Amino acid sequence: MEKEIAGKKINVNEEGYLIDFNQWDQSIGEAIAKENNVDMTPRHWEVVKYLQGEHKNNVPLSIRKIGKSNVIDIKEFYALFPQGPLKISTKIAGIPKPASCL
Amino acid sequence: MSEYNGEIKKMLIILSKATLENVYAAFVLANGARMEGIEAEIFFTFFGLEAIHKKKLEHLHVATVGNPAMHMPTMLGGLPGMEALATTMMKKEMEKIDMPDIHEFLDIMVASGVKLWACRLAMDMFHYKKEDMYDGLSEVITVGDFYKQGSVLGTHMLFI
Repeated sequence: MEKEIAGKKINVNEEGYLIDFNQWDQSIGEAIAKENNVDMTPRHWEVVKYLQGEHKNNVPLSIRKIGKSNVIDIKEFYALFPQGPLKISTKIAGIPKPASCL
Repeated sequence: MSEYNGEIKKMLIILSKATLENVYAAFVLANGARMEGIEAEIFFTFFGLEAIHKKKLEHLHVATVGNPAMHMPTMLGGLPGMEALATTMMKKEMEKIDMPDIHEFLDIMVASGVKLWACRLAMDMFHYKKEDMYDGLSEVITVGDFYKQGSVLGTHMLFI
């Protein structure tokens, strides 16, 4: 379905995740973050960019892998995105919600 | 009036067994709750305490006797070495799906904000001391203390 985010018409699924990453830009990420009560800081963006890179390389995302990433530890990841770290951060990043239970 | 819409806010999980499959079930559920932004706490009681006992947590086994899903005759499951064999096989499969071992899983849960409680009565019964247990353990508490943790709207409780 189509949703207006940051003044642009964007294709998203029922949960609000972008369907086409090519439609993503930082203003889209910013708007999704605001909608999810996250105030983006440079540190947030660093993590989001890292997730986008992993997605581009087809690396499946899990909390265990994040913990071993040397980019961020699990504790800080939760501090940045308390309402569900992978769930919220991937939505902001414009990439699919990880299907893993871990 | 409350605006509570029925969503789960907190999972209280009681783990009373230390067979590998039950321990993993509890851990995956607790971790999965945190991943969704839901609070999670585990109360370890009776044999469940072995999952946080420093000397035992690395040696948990799959149950091969009385477990119909193993698809082996119960008498066979009781043969020496069967449990160890089934456990090794299951651990291999778990590694394939990126499942952490028990100790790492405990570390992940603590970093994720899962609270781990040990049951005072069971601790006394097995003569365990807090020092015997995994360092990330929050506290040794009574059943009453644990119930108090559930006094939040949207709390669900699960016995494993």
